[in-house]
Amino acid sequence: MADSLLKVVDVYKSFVGVKALQDVTFSIQPGEIHCLAGENGSGKSTLIKIISGVYTPDAGSIEINGRQYNKLTPIEAINNGIQVIYQDFSIFPNLTVMENLAVNSELSEHRKLVNWKRMRTIAEDAVSKIDFDVDLDELVGSLSVAQKQMVAISRALIFNTKLIIMDEPTTALTKREVSNLFKIILKLKERGISILFVSHKLNEMYEISENFTILRNGKVVATGSTKELDAEKFSFHMTGRKFTKRHYRVERLSSEPMFEAKQAGVQNGFEDVTFSLHKGEILGVTGLLDSGRTELALSLFGMRPIDSGQFYMYGKPVTLSSPKAAIHNKIGFVPEDRLSEGLFLPQSIADNVVISEIDRLTKKAGLVDKEKRAEEIEKWVRELAIATPDPNNLCQTLSGGNQQRVVLAKWLACNLEMLVLNGPTVGVDIGSKHDIHGILQDLAKSGLGVIIISDDLPEVLENCSRVLVMKAGRIVADLETDKTDESVILSYMM
Amino acid sequence: MDEMLKLKLKRISRKNEPYLFLVLLALCLLIEVRSGQFFAANNLVDIASALIVPGLFAIGAFMVIVSGGIDVSFPALASLSVYASTTYLLSIDYQGGVWLAFLLSILIGAVLGLFNGIFIGYFKLPTLIVTLGSTNVFRGIMQGALDSKQLATIPSGMREFGTSALFIARNPVSGLTSRMPVAFLVFAGVLILMFLMLRYTMFGRSIYSIGGSEVSAHRAGYNVVRTKIIIYILVGMIASAAGVIRVSMMQQLHPTNMLGMELKVIAGVVLGGTAITGGRGTLLGCMIGTLLIVIVENSMILLGIPTSWRSVFTGALIIIGTGVSARQVISMHKVKSRSIKQPIRRGA
Repeated sequence: MADSLLKVVDVYKSFVGVKALQDVTFSIQPGEIHCLAGENGSGKSTLIKIISGVYTPDAGSIEINGRQYNKLTPIEAINNGIQVIYQDFSIFPNLTVMENLAVNSELSEHRKLVNWKRMRTIAEDAVSKIDFDVDLDELVGSLSVAQKQMVAISRALIFNTKLIIMDEPTTALTKREVSNLFKIILKLKERGISILFVSHKLNEMYEISENFTILRNGKVVATGSTKELDAEKFSFHMTGRKFTKRHYRVERLSSEPMFEAKQAGVQNGFEDVTFSLHKGEILGVTGLLDSGRTELALSLFGMRPIDSGQFYMYGKPVTLSSPKAAIHNKIGFVPEDRLSEGLFLPQSIADNVVISEIDRLTKKAGLVDKEKRAEEIEKWVRELAIATPDPNNLCQTLSGGNQQRVVLAKWLACNLEMLVLNGPTVGVDIGSKHDIHGILQDLAKSGLGVIIISDDLPEVLENCSRVLVMKAGRIVADLETDKTDESVILSYMM
Repeated sequence: MDEMLKLKLKRISRKNEPYLFLVLLALCLLIEVRSGQFFAANNLVDIASALIVPGLFAIGAFMVIVSGGIDVSFPALASLSVYASTTYLLSIDYQGGVWLAFLLSILIGAVLGLFNGIFIGYFKLPTLIVTLGSTNVFRGIMQGALDSKQLATIPSGMREFGTSALFIARNPVSGLTSRMPVAFLVFAGVLILMFLMLRYTMFGRSIYSIGGSEVSAHRAGYNVVRTKIIIYILVGMIASAAGVIRVSMMQQLHPTNMLGMELKVIAGVVLGGTAITGGRGTLLGCMIGTLLIVIVENSMILLGIPTSWRSVFTGALIIIGTGVSARQVISMHKVKSRSIKQPIRRGA
């Protein structure tokens, strides 16, 4: 492999005694699309930073176009045609598209004065390379996520770019935007540009990359051709654990529905939504990003009260006009973005667990009953196996999977009837995802009504007994999950 | 072509300055209707001369706010540097021109600005906390170490500079006259230089970039620490120049006279559409905002409103002015989320 564009050889890196990377070796050929996968904390970002010259490896070397570097600076990386597209795209939302595009090259040429005409020429050149149609005078902050990403890609192409590193580029994109991104990646490949695609989604790896490297605990655990990878091997390499899929089977279905929606609708969200949820089943709701699934989730928790139709619990009409009303009716909600909507990150795990039942833990004088509080916290940390040495630690010290468990614990402490989860495992690693699914299935068996709103079809098929497919604000299909498959659901979604 | 025009109109309607300008015009007309004196030459000159010091302060405050910070120390900084240089010039019985007062004061201001800049840029401390602290440090040095007191006489150079006029405007009705101070040229010069710097130098763009996203600016290759330090040095220099002008125009030195101006100056900057979160704003808007405050402060009498009500009006103007622009931002976001939902309506 003498013609490698980039070769990382035996790289070691540690931070204050913690080994972030050990003996990492891998290479990329010109025009290759290579996928780098690994769970949170596996060393992916450290590796990216070593390739882009931000970190210096403790041992080992980097070879670019046959030239060996023991110490690579960011400028050398850029001069060798290496560009990183970070998850936040490294853009200036307050500046125009034009300025965002041109600023990097102006800086690398050490210019002191601004020539707006020259900046426009640079920007026009940049967007034409990927046929990106955008108003150069628009502020970047008012663009969509996908467009911001295109700005970042166009900007990377201004330099004589040979390798583009994309850090989880599909996280915030819709399905359509992802396929558009993949088209552009293939176009770049045609021009001989290599792509290092960082992802932890198996289906994307299959679709776009030829080769893969999986990191775990700072070591390369698997590398090779994507064709030889399957779901089982993938999750084993990612986590080091073997999982057996647990398809949810309904055991005792209540004869009467516990929750019903009849012709429910929200303006600009969804309309004529009718379904029922029985005790013992897990109901899935899926659809594209703009299908109305998120609005439905919010309505079920009173955050976007319905303006037509009616909800019923145990046959009685209920009005869910606010989250408080929903909690009063014993409905819990796990939001899409747990970090901003579900948790108080800078507060302790313990406080987060008891926040929704705080009224019950309060003594007559208005003071919190300390013993009762401690009991509750102990119970839920144990029951949901939240991995923490001390529940008084801050919530932000937990991993994504454990944070999600705290959100669950918070609701379970309230003795719920029904739990609505919107994208319950977004951004959660495979191991925790598996555990959370197990928890949900056990809860449903014990009689909790569960609604999972998700666009992760394998998740829906594995965990739900029934799935509603939404499209353009309406329910277009109601399917039994053991009599359907992904392609059928997708055909309804599109 | 029609599309282009629409796009242009849309962009203009999103800008702050046209609205502000209309508000300014309305206020001027209101005062004119009530008093018939607003557009009199002497009143206009009075307003221009009242704008000089707050205007210079506003330029500095604007730069800091655009970079994502906030500076409350500039009045204390200006007081200290002008007091130190004036007492020194008095002590050597300096009889020369005003240039030495400017030079000394600006030099001291640069050092004091560097003091702010090092804590903010190098040690990455929050700007509000640093400048709140340095306000007290500067004031403490002036009142303690320099034992400041009111100076009834100032060096002759400063006195002459303060009284020299570009032209004199006379009100044909009342016969009142107003002098347009030469210092206005200093203000105009700084304004033009700053405008050019912000728009046509990479340093100026780096201020906007840092205000937009410090992380992105760092990754793009801007030297964030150096930029921040230079910003605060510049603020120190501009504020000190304003201090010299203030003392020269008043013909005497009250050490505490400028303290407390920071809030009105910052209000004017924000009123002018500068985003308090950084990254967005124009010098033009900043000047219109400052002018609004200056006019309200100076023209209440013409409206027949007792001066004791002045701060109530200034306060109301700040709440309404900044409130309107905050609402604008909210409604812009609303429009955005609605446009995402449009496909559903079509499908349904």
